[in-house]
Amino acid sequence: MKFTMLPSVFAQMFKKPWTNKFPAKYIPANTTKFLADVGAGKAKLIPPVETPPNFRGKIVYDKEKCIGCQLCIKVCPCEAIEFKEKEKKIKIYLSRCCFCSQCNDICPVSCLSMSDEFLLADVDPYSKDLIVE
Amino acid sequence: MKQKTTTKTSYHIPIGPIHPALKEPVFFEFEIDGERIVDVDVKLGHVHRAVEWASRKRNPIQILYIAERICGICSYSHPVAFALAVEDAADIMIPERAEYLRVIQGELERICSHLLWAGVAAHEIGFDTVLFFTWQVRERTLDLTEFLTGNRITKAITMIGGVRRDITKDMLPRIQKDLDYLKECYGKLGKIFLEDKTIKLRSQGAGILTKEDALKLCAVGPTTRASGVKKDVRVDTSYFAYGDLDIDCITPADLTGTVNGDVYDRIIQRLLEVKQSIDLIEQCVDKMPAGDIVAEPKIAKLLAQLKKVNGEGVGRHEAPRGEVIHYVKLDGNDAPFTWKVRAPTYNNILPWIPMLKGEQIADIPIVAASTDPCISCTNRVGIVKDGNKYELTKEQLHKMSVEKTRRLMR
Repeated sequence: MKFTMLPSVFAQMFKKPWTNKFPAKYIPANTTKFLADVGAGKAKLIPPVETPPNFRGKIVYDKEKCIGCQLCIKVCPCEAIEFKEKEKKIKIYLSRCCFCSQCNDICPVSCLSMSDEFLLADVDPYSKDLIVE
Repeated sequence: MKQKTTTKTSYHIPIGPIHPALKEPVFFEFEIDGERIVDVDVKLGHVHRAVEWASRKRNPIQILYIAERICGICSYSHPVAFALAVEDAADIMIPERAEYLRVIQGELERICSHLLWAGVAAHEIGFDTVLFFTWQVRERTLDLTEFLTGNRITKAITMIGGVRRDITKDMLPRIQKDLDYLKECYGKLGKIFLEDKTIKLRSQGAGILTKEDALKLCAVGPTTRASGVKKDVRVDTSYFAYGDLDIDCITPADLTGTVNGDVYDRIIQRLLEVKQSIDLIEQCVDKMPAGDIVAEPKIAKLLAQLKKVNGEGVGRHEAPRGEVIHYVKLDGNDAPFTWKVRAPTYNNILPWIPMLKGEQIADIPIVAASTDPCISCTNRVGIVKDGNKYELTKEQLHKMSVEKTRRLMR
């Protein structure tokens, strides 16, 4: 056959697109208003594609368990973790985090874990959502 | 830029460093006579990111993740070559199961990379339907990677002395399902690339790299194997579990009977390697013994062990593009004394010159893409100091090289 892709091209014309239209089917005219509507329950978000098991998302920190050993600071490749001298606890800046979960592995009391949350875009790198403490 | 042209009728065309046809910054200078390329000059050094410098104040475990970010597509090959170098320096024995798991990850990365390349190559000759088809297949491979490692691209699976995540029994059906899908698509892909007129028209007889040139210019990986040189780190040195697996060096001659060293052969070569990789993963899944997946599960203990090491090591791994070499010297501090990376594209830059000579201007994208270049991997030397000095001359480089050898010997 000279043009092997032709059948696929025709078949494609009748297929539905694979793209998941997240978060809305069309770009809303006013994003902030759309988000406010979602908050008020007037509009609905199209859910994102599910994350696989053991996905490495936003870090969850169990402050009570932490013993302040600073091992996580020693292995963090992007120096995203700060030690709070007074409290003997840590502060993680997610805007620097590279989500390798190495701190989870080294933690002797397993006070760190990875969640499924990946929607972390923000205009301010020091916003409240991007600092775990 | 060169001032003089070799003949009166020829002229120079500079392309790059930033150009719509280039995906990464590289500077080409072509000497053109009509439509024919008479001479080529390639200049690198536009995307130096000081990766090696950043390693000077980090310990080996932190460097694993820096190495991962040298290249997005080889995000497994670089950290694993670094881990091999550190294991070589520190005499760490890897558990047998980890060796097999490393092969699976490495071959999965090769499939992703070769499929991506097949799509890009089709795109370069204007065959975008194949681009979408190959990337659709690649998407499934990436989903499998995500399932096994936790993320699609930056896998974070390598650990010094083993791997970080095991493949448990309940994961096997999913792996088998995706491998079956890959095999089915492989048949279809093979048909498109081997029989379609469009691809043959543009790739047969274009960008020829002879066996002599490939040997002389030290080309690596699929680029050199497509010219008939049987060079493959997986076969030449049996690292990981490759010694126990049924693997042989393949060249396009296995399929077509002859080796021409043109772009078409490089396409065939990569397709054959995808098949070989699928086969290797299946072998690994079958033969994988039970046991530990990492030599030292306690990372704090591993760090203390590495801090005591005084020595140097070399790690060689067959990345999708060819042999990647990492050199590490540890001197009893937290951070290594030095770390040097030689990415495979570095060797595959010079073969561009014999490949491009005599071709037409329109062949530049496909011929250049046929070595699967990764420019960001390659850039290691580029110095900006007082007087805007951007490059180093050969003499200066040689002098610095001698100085460095002396410094390291001390």
